[in-house]
Amino acid sequence: MKYVDEFRDPVAAKELIASIHALAGQLGRHWKFMEVCGGHTHTIYRHGLEHLLPEEVEFVHGPGCPVCVIPRGRVDDAVWLAHRPGVIFTTFGDMMRVPGTEGSLLQAQARGADVRFVYSPLDAVKIARENPDREVVFFAVGFETTAPSTAMALAHAGSTGVDNFFVFCNHVLINPPVEAILETNNVRLDGLIGPGHVSAVVGSDHFRFIPERFHIPIVVTGFEPLDILQAVAMLLAQYAEGRCEVENQYARVVRPEGNGEAQRLLAEVFTPRDSFEWRGLGWIPGSGYRLSDEFERFDAEKHFELPGARVDDHPACQCGLVLTGQIKPWQCKVFGTGCTPENPIGTCMVSPEGACAAYYAFGRLPQALGKRAQMEV
Amino acid sequence: MCLGIPGEVIALSDADLATVSVNGVEREVSVGLLKDEGVAVGDWVLIHVGFALSKIDAHEAALTLDQIKKLGQTWNDEIDAFSQTAIR
Repeated sequence: MKYVDEFRDPVAAKELIASIHALAGQLGRHWKFMEVCGGHTHTIYRHGLEHLLPEEVEFVHGPGCPVCVIPRGRVDDAVWLAHRPGVIFTTFGDMMRVPGTEGSLLQAQARGADVRFVYSPLDAVKIARENPDREVVFFAVGFETTAPSTAMALAHAGSTGVDNFFVFCNHVLINPPVEAILETNNVRLDGLIGPGHVSAVVGSDHFRFIPERFHIPIVVTGFEPLDILQAVAMLLAQYAEGRCEVENQYARVVRPEGNGEAQRLLAEVFTPRDSFEWRGLGWIPGSGYRLSDEFERFDAEKHFELPGARVDDHPACQCGLVLTGQIKPWQCKVFGTGCTPENPIGTCMVSPEGACAAYYAFGRLPQALGKRAQMEV
Repeated sequence: MCLGIPGEVIALSDADLATVSVNGVEREVSVGLLKDEGVAVGDWVLIHVGFALSKIDAHEAALTLDQIKKLGQTWNDEIDAFSQTAIR
Protein backbone atom coordinates (compact mmCIF):
# COMPACT_ATOMS: atom_id res chain seq x y z
CA MET A 1 0.00 0.00 0.00
CA LYS A 2 2.79 2.36 -0.89
CA TYR A 3 0.43 4.82 -2.60
CA VAL A 4 -1.97 5.04 0.31
CA ASP A 5 0.67 6.71 2.47
CA GLU A 6 0.53 9.70 0.12
CA PHE A 7 -3.24 10.22 0.56
CA ARG A 8 -4.34 13.15 2.68
CA ASP A 9 -5.38 10.77 5.48
CA PRO A 10 -3.71 7.36 5.12
CA VAL A 11 -5.42 5.94 8.20
CA ALA A 12 -8.86 6.87 6.88
CA ALA A 13 -7.91 5.42 3.49
CA LYS A 14 -6.92 2.08 4.98
CA GLU A 15 -10.15 1.98 7.00
CA LEU A 16 -12.18 2.77 3.87
CA ILE A 17 -10.44 0.07 1.86
CA ALA A 18 -11.15 -2.42 4.64
CA SER A 19 -14.80 -1.41 4.79
CA ILE A 20 -15.15 -1.71 0.97
CA HIS A 21 -13.68 -5.22 1.13
CA ALA A 22 -16.08 -6.10 3.97
CA LEU A 23 -19.14 -4.67 2.19
CA ALA A 24 -18.27 -6.32 -1.13
CA GLY A 25 -17.77 -9.63 0.64
CA GLN A 26 -21.06 -9.28 2.47
CA LEU A 27 -23.00 -8.34 -0.70
CA GLY A 28 -21.32 -11.09 -2.70
CA ARG A 29 -21.51 -10.18 -6.40
CA HIS A 30 -19.62 -8.21 -9.09
CA TRP A 31 -20.01 -4.42 -9.20
CA LYS A 32 -19.43 -2.07 -12.11
CA PHE A 33 -19.23 1.60 -11.19
CA MET A 34 -18.74 4.16 -13.96
CA GLU A 35 -16.70 7.24 -13.15
CA VAL A 36 -18.28 9.78 -15.47
CA CYS A 37 -15.49 12.35 -15.29
CA GLY A 38 -12.04 12.08 -16.87
CA GLY A 39 -10.52 13.71 -13.80
CA HIS A 40 -11.63 10.69 -11.79
CA THR A 41 -10.18 8.30 -14.38
CA HIS A 42 -6.86 10.09 -14.01
CA THR A 43 -6.94 9.78 -10.21
CA ILE A 44 -7.86 6.07 -10.37
CA TYR A 45 -4.88 5.20 -12.59
CA ARG A 46 -2.40 7.59 -11.00
CA HIS A 47 -2.99 6.06 -7.58
CA GLY A 48 -3.61 2.49 -8.74
CA LEU A 49 -6.99 2.50 -6.98
CA GLU A 50 -8.24 -0.50 -8.95
CA HIS A 51 -5.54 -2.57 -7.22
CA LEU A 52 -6.65 -1.46 -3.74
CA LEU A 53 -10.21 -2.65 -4.22
CA PRO A 54 -11.56 -6.18 -4.12
CA GLU A 55 -11.81 -7.96 -7.48
CA GLU A 56 -15.60 -7.74 -7.26
CA VAL A 57 -15.48 -3.96 -7.71
CA GLU A 58 -14.68 -2.73 -11.23
CA PHE A 59 -14.26 0.84 -12.46
CA VAL A 60 -15.80 1.51 -15.87
CA HIS A 61 -14.55 4.67 -17.57
CA GLY A 62 -17.12 7.13 -18.83
CA PRO A 63 -17.57 9.89 -21.42
CA GLY A 64 -16.52 12.84 -19.23
CA CYS A 65 -13.22 13.84 -20.82
CA PRO A 66 -14.10 17.00 -22.77
CA VAL A 67 -11.08 16.75 -25.07
CA CYS A 68 -11.77 13.08 -25.84
CA VAL A 69 -15.38 13.49 -26.91
CA ILE A 70 -14.77 16.14 -29.60
CA PRO A 71 -15.19 14.39 -32.97
CA ARG A 72 -12.53 14.56 -35.64
CA GLY A 73 -14.56 16.84 -37.90
CA ARG A 74 -14.63 19.57 -35.24
CA VAL A 75 -10.84 19.35 -34.90
CA ASP A 76 -10.58 19.74 -38.69
CA ASP A 77 -12.86 22.79 -38.45
CA ALA A 78 -10.60 24.24 -35.75
CA VAL A 79 -7.52 23.74 -37.93
CA TRP A 80 -9.39 25.35 -40.86
CA LEU A 81 -10.27 28.36 -38.67
CA ALA A 82 -6.67 28.66 -37.47
CA HIS A 83 -5.52 28.95 -41.10
CA ARG A 84 -7.91 31.81 -42.00
CA PRO A 85 -5.90 34.92 -42.92
CA GLY A 86 -5.70 37.39 -40.05
CA VAL A 87 -7.04 34.98 -37.44
CA ILE A 88 -5.45 34.43 -34.04
CA PHE A 89 -6.71 31.03 -32.89
CA THR A 90 -6.72 30.55 -29.11
CA THR A 91 -7.14 27.24 -27.32
CA PHE A 92 -6.58 25.42 -24.05
CA GLY A 93 -3.27 23.57 -24.18
CA ASP A 94 -5.04 20.18 -24.02
CA MET A 95 -6.55 20.63 -27.49
CA MET A 96 -3.27 21.48 -29.22
CA ARG A 97 -2.17 17.90 -29.87
CA VAL A 98 -5.51 16.32 -30.82
CA PRO A 99 -5.04 14.84 -34.29
CA GLY A 100 -7.30 15.94 -37.14
CA THR A 101 -7.31 14.68 -40.72
CA GLU A 102 -4.73 17.29 -41.72
CA GLY A 103 -2.83 17.20 -38.45
CA SER A 104 -3.25 18.92 -35.10
CA LEU A 105 -3.39 22.57 -34.10
CA LEU A 106 0.23 22.24 -33.01
CA GLN A 107 1.14 21.17 -36.54
CA ALA A 108 -0.98 24.02 -37.96
CA GLN A 109 1.07 26.37 -35.79
CA ALA A 110 4.29 24.88 -37.19
CA ARG A 111 2.92 25.52 -40.70
CA GLY A 112 2.47 29.21 -39.88
CA ALA A 113 -1.01 29.52 -38.38
CA ASP A 114 -1.17 31.91 -35.41
CA VAL A 115 -2.30 29.43 -32.74
CA ARG A 116 -1.89 30.55 -29.11
CA PHE A 117 -2.61 28.64 -25.95
CA VAL A 118 -4.59 30.37 -23.21
CA TYR A 119 -5.33 29.44 -19.61
CA SER A 120 -8.72 31.18 -19.57
CA PRO A 121 -11.24 32.42 -22.15
CA LEU A 122 -10.72 35.86 -20.59
CA ASP A 123 -7.10 35.70 -21.80
CA ALA A 124 -8.48 35.32 -25.33
CA VAL A 125 -10.65 38.42 -24.90
CA LYS A 126 -7.54 40.30 -23.78
CA ILE A 127 -5.68 39.18 -26.92
CA ALA A 128 -8.63 40.45 -29.00
CA ARG A 129 -8.58 43.82 -27.24
CA GLU A 130 -4.85 44.16 -27.87
CA ASN A 131 -5.13 43.17 -31.54
CA PRO A 132 -8.07 45.18 -32.90
CA ASP A 133 -7.02 44.57 -36.52
CA ARG A 134 -7.09 40.78 -36.11
CA GLU A 135 -9.96 38.34 -35.59
CA VAL A 136 -9.47 36.27 -32.42
CA VAL A 137 -11.22 32.90 -32.18
CA PHE A 138 -11.50 30.93 -28.93
CA PHE A 139 -11.85 27.14 -29.24
CA ALA A 140 -14.43 26.56 -26.50
CA VAL A 141 -14.56 22.99 -25.18
CA GLY A 142 -15.77 21.53 -21.91
CA PHE A 143 -18.83 20.53 -19.96
CA GLU A 144 -20.95 22.78 -17.71
CA THR A 145 -17.84 23.23 -15.54
CA THR A 146 -16.10 25.31 -18.20
CA ALA A 147 -19.03 26.70 -20.22
CA PRO A 148 -19.86 29.47 -17.67
CA SER A 149 -16.33 30.83 -18.14
CA THR A 150 -16.88 31.14 -21.90
CA ALA A 151 -20.30 32.67 -21.20
CA MET A 152 -18.77 35.26 -18.87
CA ALA A 153 -16.02 36.04 -21.41
CA LEU A 154 -18.70 36.62 -24.08
CA ALA A 155 -20.78 38.79 -21.77
CA HIS A 156 -17.61 40.74 -20.96
CA ALA A 157 -16.68 41.14 -24.65
CA GLY A 158 -20.24 42.28 -25.36
CA SER A 159 -20.36 44.86 -22.59
CA THR A 160 -16.90 46.30 -23.32
CA GLY A 161 -17.39 46.58 -27.10
CA VAL A 162 -14.81 43.98 -28.16
CA ASP A 163 -16.15 43.04 -31.59
CA ASN A 164 -13.22 41.04 -32.98
CA PHE A 165 -13.66 38.14 -30.53
CA PHE A 166 -15.35 34.94 -31.72
CA VAL A 167 -16.15 31.63 -30.08
CA PHE A 168 -15.99 28.25 -31.84
CA CYS A 169 -18.43 26.63 -29.46
CA ASN A 170 -18.03 22.95 -28.61
CA HIS A 171 -19.43 23.05 -25.10
CA VAL A 172 -21.35 19.95 -24.14
CA LEU A 173 -23.85 18.95 -21.46
CA ILE A 174 -23.33 16.11 -19.04
CA ASN A 175 -26.79 14.53 -18.80
CA PRO A 176 -27.46 13.55 -22.46
CA PRO A 177 -24.40 11.26 -22.91
CA VAL A 178 -24.99 9.65 -19.49
CA GLU A 179 -28.62 9.00 -20.49
CA ALA A 180 -27.48 7.64 -23.86
CA ILE A 181 -25.09 5.20 -22.19
CA LEU A 182 -27.67 4.06 -19.64
CA GLU A 183 -30.36 3.70 -22.31
CA THR A 184 -28.29 1.65 -24.75
CA ASN A 185 -27.38 -0.68 -21.92
CA ASN A 186 -24.24 -2.08 -23.60
CA VAL A 187 -22.63 -2.26 -20.18
CA ARG A 188 -24.65 -3.08 -17.07
CA LEU A 189 -23.75 -0.43 -14.53
CA ASP A 190 -24.48 -0.62 -10.81
CA GLY A 191 -23.80 2.99 -9.96
CA LEU A 192 -22.16 6.22 -11.02
CA ILE A 193 -19.30 8.19 -9.52
CA GLY A 194 -20.63 11.66 -10.34
CA PRO A 195 -18.51 14.51 -11.70
CA GLY A 196 -17.36 16.93 -8.97
CA HIS A 197 -16.71 20.17 -10.76
CA VAL A 198 -19.61 19.89 -13.22
CA SER A 199 -21.76 19.53 -10.11
CA ALA A 200 -20.32 22.71 -8.59
CA VAL A 201 -22.19 24.44 -11.45
CA VAL A 202 -25.28 22.29 -12.05
CA GLY A 203 -25.72 21.04 -8.45
CA SER A 204 -25.98 17.45 -7.23
CA ASP A 205 -29.80 17.57 -7.60
CA HIS A 206 -29.23 17.72 -11.37
CA PHE A 207 -28.66 13.94 -11.27
CA ARG A 208 -31.87 12.90 -9.59
CA PHE A 209 -33.07 11.40 -12.88
CA ILE A 210 -30.47 8.66 -12.50
CA PRO A 211 -31.99 6.86 -9.49
CA GLU A 212 -35.51 7.85 -10.59
CA ARG A 213 -35.34 6.64 -14.21
CA PHE A 214 -32.50 4.13 -14.20
CA HIS A 215 -32.73 2.83 -10.63
CA ILE A 216 -29.03 3.04 -9.83
CA PRO A 217 -27.33 5.27 -7.25
CA ILE A 218 -24.93 8.14 -7.97
CA VAL A 219 -22.42 9.75 -5.62
CA VAL A 220 -21.05 13.17 -6.63
CA THR A 221 -17.36 12.90 -5.84
CA GLY A 222 -14.17 14.94 -5.37
CA PHE A 223 -10.89 14.30 -7.17
CA GLU A 224 -8.56 12.93 -4.52
CA PRO A 225 -8.03 9.19 -4.17
CA LEU A 226 -9.66 9.27 -0.75
CA ASP A 227 -12.76 10.89 -2.28
CA ILE A 228 -13.11 8.11 -4.84
CA LEU A 229 -12.65 5.37 -2.23
CA GLN A 230 -15.30 7.04 -0.12
CA ALA A 231 -17.67 7.19 -3.11
CA VAL A 232 -17.24 3.46 -3.73
CA ALA A 233 -18.00 2.76 -0.06
CA MET A 234 -21.08 5.03 -0.23
CA LEU A 235 -22.38 3.29 -3.39
CA LEU A 236 -21.99 -0.14 -1.79
CA ALA A 237 -23.58 1.11 1.44
CA GLN A 238 -26.66 2.23 -0.51
CA TYR A 239 -27.08 -1.33 -1.77
CA ALA A 240 -26.43 -2.80 1.69
CA GLU A 241 -29.07 -0.51 3.19
CA GLY A 242 -31.57 -0.85 0.35
CA ARG A 243 -31.31 2.81 -0.71
CA CYS A 244 -30.98 4.22 -4.24
CA GLU A 245 -30.38 7.98 -4.38
CA VAL A 246 -28.11 10.91 -5.20
CA GLU A 247 -25.49 11.47 -2.52
CA ASN A 248 -22.93 14.25 -2.35
CA GLN A 249 -19.49 13.17 -1.18
CA TYR A 250 -17.98 16.50 -2.36
CA ALA A 251 -19.97 18.82 -0.12
CA ARG A 252 -16.87 20.94 0.50
CA VAL A 253 -17.36 22.30 -3.04
CA VAL A 254 -20.77 21.15 -4.34
CA ARG A 255 -24.21 22.29 -3.20
CA PRO A 256 -27.46 20.50 -4.12
CA GLU A 257 -28.66 23.51 -6.13
CA GLY A 258 -25.26 24.34 -7.72
CA ASN A 259 -24.07 27.81 -8.71
CA GLY A 260 -27.05 30.05 -9.54
CA GLU A 261 -25.10 32.80 -11.27
CA ALA A 262 -23.32 30.29 -13.52
CA GLN A 263 -26.65 28.70 -14.46
CA ARG A 264 -28.17 32.11 -15.27
CA LEU A 265 -25.20 32.90 -17.54
CA LEU A 266 -25.48 29.56 -19.34
CA ALA A 267 -29.16 30.21 -20.02
CA GLU A 268 -28.48 33.73 -21.29
CA VAL A 269 -25.47 33.11 -23.52
CA PHE A 270 -26.12 29.59 -24.84
CA THR A 271 -28.97 27.62 -26.39
CA PRO A 272 -28.94 23.80 -26.57
CA ARG A 273 -28.33 22.58 -30.12
CA ASP A 274 -30.89 20.25 -31.69
CA SER A 275 -28.13 17.65 -31.83
CA PHE A 276 -24.36 17.45 -31.40
CA GLU A 277 -21.88 14.80 -32.54
CA TRP A 278 -19.80 12.96 -29.93
CA ARG A 279 -16.81 10.81 -30.59
CA GLY A 280 -17.93 7.26 -29.99
CA LEU A 281 -21.51 8.14 -29.11
CA GLY A 282 -22.63 9.67 -32.40
CA TRP A 283 -25.29 12.37 -32.57
CA ILE A 284 -27.09 13.02 -29.28
CA PRO A 285 -30.12 15.35 -29.17
CA GLY A 286 -29.73 18.46 -26.99
CA SER A 287 -26.21 17.51 -25.94
CA GLY A 288 -24.27 20.58 -27.07
CA TYR A 289 -24.49 24.34 -26.69
CA ARG A 290 -24.47 26.96 -29.44
CA LEU A 291 -24.45 30.71 -28.85
CA SER A 292 -27.90 32.18 -28.20
CA ASP A 293 -29.44 34.56 -30.75
CA GLU A 294 -28.43 37.51 -28.56
CA PHE A 295 -24.74 36.50 -28.86
CA GLU A 296 -24.89 35.26 -32.46
CA ARG A 297 -22.49 37.94 -33.70
CA PHE A 298 -19.68 36.28 -31.72
CA ASP A 299 -20.36 32.84 -33.22
CA ALA A 300 -17.33 31.72 -35.23
CA GLU A 301 -19.39 29.08 -37.05
CA LYS A 302 -21.59 31.82 -38.55
CA HIS A 303 -19.00 34.57 -38.96
CA PHE A 304 -16.54 32.40 -40.90
CA GLU A 305 -19.04 30.20 -42.77
CA LEU A 306 -17.37 27.12 -41.38
CA PRO A 307 -17.23 24.12 -43.71
CA GLY A 308 -18.67 21.92 -40.93
CA ALA A 309 -16.50 18.93 -41.68
CA ARG A 310 -17.95 15.50 -40.97
CA VAL A 311 -15.14 12.99 -40.73
CA ASP A 312 -15.18 9.41 -39.52
CA ASP A 313 -12.69 8.38 -36.87
CA HIS A 314 -9.43 6.78 -37.92
CA PRO A 315 -10.39 3.20 -38.87
CA ALA A 316 -8.08 1.70 -36.23
CA CYS A 317 -9.37 3.99 -33.46
CA GLN A 318 -11.57 2.48 -30.74
CA CYS A 319 -11.98 5.60 -28.59
CA GLY A 320 -15.74 5.24 -28.92
CA LEU A 321 -15.76 1.90 -27.16
CA VAL A 322 -13.40 3.23 -24.47
CA LEU A 323 -15.55 6.33 -23.90
CA THR A 324 -18.69 4.27 -23.40
CA GLY A 325 -17.04 1.83 -21.03
CA GLN A 326 -17.36 -1.11 -23.45
CA ILE A 327 -13.65 -1.88 -23.53
CA LYS A 328 -10.70 -1.02 -21.28
CA PRO A 329 -7.88 1.07 -22.80
CA TRP A 330 -5.55 -1.92 -23.09
CA GLN A 331 -8.15 -3.88 -25.04
CA CYS A 332 -7.97 -1.39 -27.94
CA LYS A 333 -6.06 -2.94 -30.84
CA VAL A 334 -3.68 -0.01 -31.27
CA PHE A 335 -3.16 0.87 -27.58
CA GLY A 336 0.52 1.33 -26.81
CA THR A 337 1.62 0.18 -30.26
CA GLY A 338 0.09 2.26 -33.08
CA CYS A 339 -1.32 4.80 -30.61
CA THR A 340 0.91 6.36 -27.96
CA PRO A 341 0.96 9.77 -26.23
CA GLU A 342 3.82 10.82 -28.56
CA ASN A 343 1.91 9.78 -31.69
CA PRO A 344 -1.76 9.55 -30.73
CA ILE A 345 -4.37 8.18 -33.13
CA GLY A 346 -7.32 8.81 -30.84
CA THR A 347 -8.25 11.54 -28.38
CA CYS A 348 -8.24 9.24 -25.34
CA MET A 349 -4.45 9.02 -25.72
CA VAL A 350 -4.03 12.83 -25.89
CA SER A 351 -5.68 14.38 -22.85
CA PRO A 352 -4.23 13.58 -19.40
CA GLU A 353 -7.85 12.88 -18.48
CA GLY A 354 -8.24 10.37 -21.29
CA ALA A 355 -8.40 6.80 -20.01
CA CYS A 356 -5.72 5.60 -22.46
CA ALA A 357 -3.22 8.37 -21.66
CA ALA A 358 -3.72 7.85 -17.93
CA TYR A 359 -3.38 4.08 -18.25
CA TYR A 360 -0.28 4.46 -20.43
CA ALA A 361 1.36 7.04 -18.16
CA PHE A 362 1.29 5.14 -14.92
CA GLY A 363 3.45 2.20 -15.75
CA ARG A 364 0.94 -0.47 -16.60
CA LEU A 365 1.89 -0.76 -20.27
CA PRO A 366 3.79 -4.09 -20.21
CA GLN A 367 1.04 -5.64 -18.12
CA ALA A 368 -1.63 -4.32 -20.48
CA LEU A 369 0.08 -5.54 -23.64
CA GLY A 370 0.55 -8.92 -21.96
CA LYS A 371 -3.18 -9.09 -21.16
CA ARG A 372 -4.08 -8.19 -24.74
CA ALA A 373 -1.69 -10.80 -26.15
CA GLN A 374 -3.36 -13.43 -23.95
CA MET A 375 -6.78 -12.41 -25.23
CA GLU A 376 -5.68 -12.65 -28.86
CA VAL A 377 -4.29 -16.19 -28.50
CA MET B 1 -8.96 20.12 -17.91
CA CYS B 2 -11.44 19.95 -15.09
CA LEU B 3 -8.79 20.68 -12.50
CA GLY B 4 -9.80 23.16 -9.80
CA ILE B 5 -7.07 24.74 -7.71
CA PRO B 6 -7.60 26.53 -4.38
CA GLY B 7 -6.46 30.14 -4.06
CA GLU B 8 -6.75 32.83 -1.40
CA VAL B 9 -8.32 36.15 -2.33
CA ILE B 10 -5.76 38.85 -1.53
CA ALA B 11 -7.29 41.89 -3.25
CA LEU B 12 -10.55 42.83 -4.94
CA SER B 13 -10.71 45.14 -7.92
CA ASP B 14 -13.50 46.47 -10.11
CA ALA B 15 -15.37 44.48 -12.73
CA ASP B 16 -15.73 41.26 -10.74
CA LEU B 17 -11.98 40.64 -10.70
CA ALA B 18 -9.84 39.59 -7.75
CA THR B 19 -6.16 38.90 -7.22
CA VAL B 20 -5.69 35.44 -5.79
CA SER B 21 -2.62 33.68 -4.47
CA VAL B 22 -2.15 30.00 -5.30
CA ASN B 23 0.76 28.63 -3.35
CA GLY B 24 2.39 32.09 -3.45
CA VAL B 25 1.78 32.63 -7.18
CA GLU B 26 -0.49 35.62 -7.79
CA ARG B 27 -2.85 36.29 -10.67
CA GLU B 28 -6.09 38.05 -11.41
CA VAL B 29 -9.17 35.85 -11.78
CA SER B 30 -12.88 36.51 -12.21
CA VAL B 31 -15.10 36.20 -9.14
CA GLY B 32 -18.19 37.01 -11.22
CA LEU B 33 -19.63 33.52 -10.76
CA LEU B 34 -19.78 34.05 -6.99
CA LYS B 35 -22.06 37.09 -7.12
CA ASP B 36 -24.79 35.36 -5.13
CA GLU B 37 -22.63 34.66 -2.09
CA GLY B 38 -20.11 37.51 -2.39
CA VAL B 39 -16.33 37.31 -1.97
CA ALA B 40 -14.07 39.10 0.55
CA VAL B 41 -10.32 39.39 1.00
CA GLY B 42 -9.15 36.35 2.97
CA ASP B 43 -11.73 33.99 1.42
CA TRP B 44 -10.55 30.79 -0.25
CA VAL B 45 -11.97 29.87 -3.64
CA LEU B 46 -11.65 26.97 -6.07
CA ILE B 47 -10.35 28.26 -9.42
CA HIS B 48 -11.06 26.72 -12.83
CA VAL B 49 -9.81 28.30 -16.11
CA GLY B 50 -9.49 31.74 -14.50
CA PHE B 51 -12.81 31.74 -12.66
CA ALA B 52 -13.59 31.22 -9.00
CA LEU B 53 -16.19 28.45 -9.18
CA SER B 54 -16.95 27.88 -5.53
CA LYS B 55 -15.96 29.11 -2.06
CA ILE B 56 -14.21 26.59 0.17
CA ASP B 57 -13.08 26.81 3.77
CA ALA B 58 -9.44 27.60 4.50
CA HIS B 59 -8.68 24.24 6.14
CA GLU B 60 -10.10 22.25 3.21
CA ALA B 61 -8.24 24.52 0.79
CA ALA B 62 -4.90 23.78 2.45
CA LEU B 63 -5.49 20.02 2.40
CA THR B 64 -6.62 20.14 -1.23
CA LEU B 65 -3.60 22.18 -2.28
CA ASP B 66 -1.25 19.69 -0.58
CA GLN B 67 -2.83 16.88 -2.58
CA ILE B 68 -2.81 18.75 -5.90
CA LYS B 69 0.89 19.56 -5.49
CA LYS B 70 1.56 15.84 -5.45
CA LEU B 71 0.21 15.59 -9.03
CA GLY B 72 3.69 16.38 -10.37
CA GLN B 73 3.62 17.39 -14.03
CA THR B 74 -0.13 18.10 -13.99
CA TRP B 75 0.41 20.58 -11.16
CA ASN B 76 3.46 22.13 -12.86
CA ASP B 77 1.54 22.61 -16.11
CA GLU B 78 -1.43 24.13 -14.33
CA ILE B 79 0.60 26.59 -12.25
CA ASP B 80 2.69 27.54 -15.32
CA ALA B 81 -0.44 28.31 -17.33
CA PHE B 82 -1.91 30.12 -14.33
CA SER B 83 1.11 32.39 -13.92
CA GLN B 84 2.17 32.95 -17.54
CA THR B 85 -1.03 34.45 -18.91
CA ALA B 86 -3.15 37.40 -17.87
CA ILE B 87 -6.64 38.72 -18.36
CA ARG B 88 -5.81 42.43 -18.62
